[in-house]
Amino acid sequence: MQTITTLQAVYNALDHVKDPEIPVLSVLELGMITDVRIDLEGVHIKMIPTFSACPAINVIKENITNAVERELQMPAFVTVDKEVNWNSNRLTESAKEKLRNYGIAPPARHEGEVNLDMLIKADCPHCGSENTYLRSPFGSALCRALHVCRQCGMMFEQFKPLS
Amino acid sequence: MQIQQALPELLIKIADDELIIGHRNSEWTGLGPVMEEDIAFSSMAQDKIGHAWAIYRILQEHFEGQDPDQFAFMRDAAAYKCCHLVEMPIGAYEFSLMRHFLFDHAETARYQSFSQSSFTPLQQLAGKIKGELKYHTLHADAWILQLCKAGEESRQRMQGALDDCFQLAGGIFEPGKEEALLISENIYPGEQALYQQWLSTISPVIEKAGLIMPQMTAPVYGGRQGQHTQYLQQLLNEMGEVFRLDPEATW
Repeated sequence: MQTITTLQAVYNALDHVKDPEIPVLSVLELGMITDVRIDLEGVHIKMIPTFSACPAINVIKENITNAVERELQMPAFVTVDKEVNWNSNRLTESAKEKLRNYGIAPPARHEGEVNLDMLIKADCPHCGSENTYLRSPFGSALCRALHVCRQCGMMFEQFKPLS
Repeated sequence: MQIQQALPELLIKIADDELIIGHRNSEWTGLGPVMEEDIAFSSMAQDKIGHAWAIYRILQEHFEGQDPDQFAFMRDAAAYKCCHLVEMPIGAYEFSLMRHFLFDHAETARYQSFSQSSFTPLQQLAGKIKGELKYHTLHADAWILQLCKAGEESRQRMQGALDDCFQLAGGIFEPGKEEALLISENIYPGEQALYQQWLSTISPVIEKAGLIMPQMTAPVYGGRQGQHTQYLQQLLNEMGEVFRLDPEATW
């Protein structure tokens, strides 16, 4: 039982680590954590970046280490998991809801492959309209694309679907 | 040649292409013709340099290679294995755009083939990069089509850019002496197969855009053997200027 409680405590700590570029989402909600293991040395956490060139990866690693060590008073070892690739289906439903409320359109669920339609389509997070168009596949961060809503006239960002 | 020598040769040329085109893309930061293009080329630069870094890491971890930063910044020009296409200055916007179109479709063909590679680190990396590249080719295709239909001057300039880039792009697929072994070991299908795959993906876009596809009569080889244009040394001087002030510094 002790181990179960402690694992739960690690997950609680991880839920306190927010993405520096989308501060409403934790690394857990983003699906960035692939494995948590506890042994005599401390806590071993495996994580994955959303995009391979994500410049925030080292900051996030440090934030995870600090949060776990602070909250659990145990050494934490965070490594990048090379066996698992992040894809946008790893975002939890609650994460998608939070993204929408934050003004970013969440990615649609894909069936293993992202097709062109899926890249182009995004519902407006402000008015909910489907009448939008892709302005540019690149936005203010590697994980975002720029869209425009024809209905309400707002420009908005979409968290890109990725397979 | 042993596979332990053949694999690094393949990895170095791919990573060097990405590092150098990444640097060239970054030269559009602040200069893009419209804000979205400024952001797009800057984002693609970030992606390319990230991909190069990931491959330099594979070299370091599996082939006793150097630290990725040292390897990226401290080599002599002749030790770089990039093709001439990526070395060329950014030129006018249509040149950079056409280079990006031709290069990213080639890169996509390469990583698609790597997703079947018998070399696990490359196969794992391919899974990650393939999805990201969709945004690069989507961007390239959209602008090629749009600009080719934006009037006669625009179409002519795009045709000129295609003619200027095409033989250079042939250099991406310069055959290497390591190839036969890499093919037989199922590392990847070889340059000729990738070239055919590339042609079959760019042709429909070129046709739809109303451009005339040039003949590949004189592909520009030499880059894979360390022979480069004058532009590479100039680029390396600029790229490594700050790093070389203090190569031991930590950031």
